[in-house]
Amino acid sequence: MNKTSSLIFAIAALLLVIVYFTPIWTIGLEAPQYPEGIGLKIMISGIEGKKPNDLQSLNGLNHYIGMQKINPESIVELKIMPYIILFFIVFGILIALVKKKILGWIWVGLFAMVGIVGLYDFYLWEFDYGHNLNPHAAIKVPGMTYQPPMIGSLQLLNFTATSYPGIGGIVIGLAILIAVYALLMKKKS
Amino acid sequence: MQKKFYLLSVALVLAIVVIVMTGCPSGKTGSTVSGDAASKVYVAPGQHDELYGFISGGFSGQVSVIGIPSGRLFRVIPVFSQDAEKGWGYSEETKPMLMTSHGFIPWDDAHHPELSETEGMADGRWLFINGNNTPRVARIDLTTFRTSEIIELPNSGGNHSSPFATENTEYVVAGTRFSVPYPNSDVSIEDYKAKFKGAISFIKIDKTTGAMDLAFQIMMPGFDYDLARSGKMKSGNWMFFSMYNTEQANTLLEVNASQNDKDFIAAINWKKAEEYIAQGKFKEVSGEYYHNTYNEGTHTATSEVKNKVKCLIPEECPGLVYYMPTPKSPHGCDVNPTGEYIVGGGKLAQVVTVFSFDKMLKAIDEKKFEKTIDGIPVLDYKSVVHGEVEKIGLGPLHTEFDDNGNGYTSMFVSSEIVKWNVKDLKVLDRVPTYYSIGHLLVPGGNTRHPYGKYVIALNKITKDRYLPTGPELTQSAQLFDITGDKMKLLSDFPTIGEPHYAQAIAADKIKDKSKQFYKLEDNKHPYKCLTEAEARVERKGNTVHVWLTAIRSHFMPDNIEGVKIGDEVYFHVTNLEQDWDVPHGFAIQGAANSELLIMPGETQTLKWVPKKVGIYPMYCTDFCSALHQEMQGYVRVSPASSAVKISWNKPTN
Repeated sequence: MNKTSSLIFAIAALLLVIVYFTPIWTIGLEAPQYPEGIGLKIMISGIEGKKPNDLQSLNGLNHYIGMQKINPESIVELKIMPYIILFFIVFGILIALVKKKILGWIWVGLFAMVGIVGLYDFYLWEFDYGHNLNPHAAIKVPGMTYQPPMIGSLQLLNFTATSYPGIGGIVIGLAILIAVYALLMKKKS
Repeated sequence: MQKKFYLLSVALVLAIVVIVMTGCPSGKTGSTVSGDAASKVYVAPGQHDELYGFISGGFSGQVSVIGIPSGRLFRVIPVFSQDAEKGWGYSEETKPMLMTSHGFIPWDDAHHPELSETEGMADGRWLFINGNNTPRVARIDLTTFRTSEIIELPNSGGNHSSPFATENTEYVVAGTRFSVPYPNSDVSIEDYKAKFKGAISFIKIDKTTGAMDLAFQIMMPGFDYDLARSGKMKSGNWMFFSMYNTEQANTLLEVNASQNDKDFIAAINWKKAEEYIAQGKFKEVSGEYYHNTYNEGTHTATSEVKNKVKCLIPEECPGLVYYMPTPKSPHGCDVNPTGEYIVGGGKLAQVVTVFSFDKMLKAIDEKKFEKTIDGIPVLDYKSVVHGEVEKIGLGPLHTEFDDNGNGYTSMFVSSEIVKWNVKDLKVLDRVPTYYSIGHLLVPGGNTRHPYGKYVIALNKITKDRYLPTGPELTQSAQLFDITGDKMKLLSDFPTIGEPHYAQAIAADKIKDKSKQFYKLEDNKHPYKCLTEAEARVERKGNTVHVWLTAIRSHFMPDNIEGVKIGDEVYFHVTNLEQDWDVPHGFAIQGAANSELLIMPGETQTLKWVPKKVGIYPMYCTDFCSALHQEMQGYVRVSPASSAVKISWNKPTN
């Protein structure tokens, strides 16, 4: 790695600091009774409502269909994710300092793997919330499950659920792309 | 003789023809509304009105909140009267709000809403309103649209000239309509002239909290104090009060108080009053009064009883009060936006009198006094008057202003609004009102900068205007467009109770500050129950306390046993929701109070004394959710001698 590409690689790693302060994923819900919307922000260390009490309200609404309460405290991934991101920031800066291209590719590969595993894990959680319903729920619609989409919109009874990566998620993607760009840069002749 | 009869017949026929041709003036107003009126008052579904309007409910004791120009009713704010719908004055927390030195008074006669002001403009923080019957002033918080505070006025006999605010809401005032002995005591009514006095109270308003404090009273002669208005800009240190019955009659006032050609408008220099108070020139006078405050943290009202008031006597305080002679039994007493003109609506005169503030100061300076009454100089009429608006109409009551130098005066007797120029006193336009207009309002028409787009008539009588509803008919408001030279009727709509007066304010000044719900973590109620785990029932002697939670769609606990005849049961219901527009209701069979309506995050208490053995259902009264009908529980009531112990059921979800 030359000076420019290592600098760009360092920037890619440092960009990840943003991930601590922005949601990696967002889920928005709209219904006739919720014109203002209700929604969740998934951070690397927790799940928050878009508005202060959205999580509580959502849990309240979900009990009608027998969905489990979303309790961020019980999700172990949210406890380890901050350390994983920290690892990639520190490791990335070190790579930029030692300027070893092969380490750079390992960083990219590892990070991409973590990303894919993370998304799959997110899917599993969504699947579990959407399918693992209390059989005594007040509202049971035959054949109906409530798994929100990963990306895009889906009508779930009176709610339209819309799910997209948040700024943090986009930053993770960008960091990987920038890192790849840095590694592929040709030396100026 | 025959010829005379013939002429008379011709005249009669002609008269009938004229009436038929011109249409009878009986509320057939289709033709008086011009084509584009509907579009000017139409607010499309889902759209917001341009202004909030606050209309007093008169004998309903409440305030209604409407949208202008649509006239749509949004909310009735309970103030002085119990309101079973909202549990106001029925829940244990709100009962103290209606306490007075006469005990629990669950009603009043609410007349004049007054928006708080900053630099002479309505600021959208608070709304004050007077209770005329058992003299009181209430403050409504415009983030919650609820009554926060009610203060009683001692030694007063009908709080009518109230609660008009100074330009920065330093004070709101309260002049007594009925003079009474000062301090009130057991005297013969025939001693009226000697012993009856008119108290004018100045209530200090805390700049940041809005908290009210009865700062002082001025002991005025025993007249009837009617309305008031603060000066503006240069006259901002003065408060003007109209009065009638300067004859000091105490019987058949309709005749005996209508003899003098001129009564007065009093000009009171409240800065001077502050100086006299600071110098200690006041007397302390006894007078019991209640001061009730609703605490948003504990969701509970408390009453404080006070016994003394500082009193200034005009005779001992030169420069404090002056009288301006005003024809005749004036009602309105209104100050134009520049603060230069003070307009007296001479209810029984056919003129509106306009005084000049500059001339008033000059007359005071040159001591142009006609006489003095109880030490109050009466200024020479000719020296202070700017002019009279002649032939303005019958029964001029109340005036507000636009931003183009015009006044709009309501005519009770001739049932019309008359527009006139304040400077040259020329009548410009008149429109009929249906019927018998009392007060009127121009949005911001009492401030430095009226918005000048509408005038709203507040009518006492509606007769044939709406579908009839038996002998009891609604009162009404009528909206006129005043953007052109001619006033144009746009719409009319019914009001709650009697709309004595109303004020309006741009929606932007209020709507974004409106509270959505109470935060549970801020709930300091002594019987709050913030989690279902804490929900429980406890017996203390014959008192049973229930810590009850409500959340869509169940109560916790939902079944209670062990209540006995002779018990007093207190249901302390906490609404655990933390979402907008999700109130829960609570009702139990045989409740002698009302239901409760509990906002998210709030705790309210219903006292219940069962009289008969049996099973009593309780349920949610506010359709909260798809399973609202399932939101219920039972209370078992056993005989006094029963051995059934208190127990309760907490179902798992």
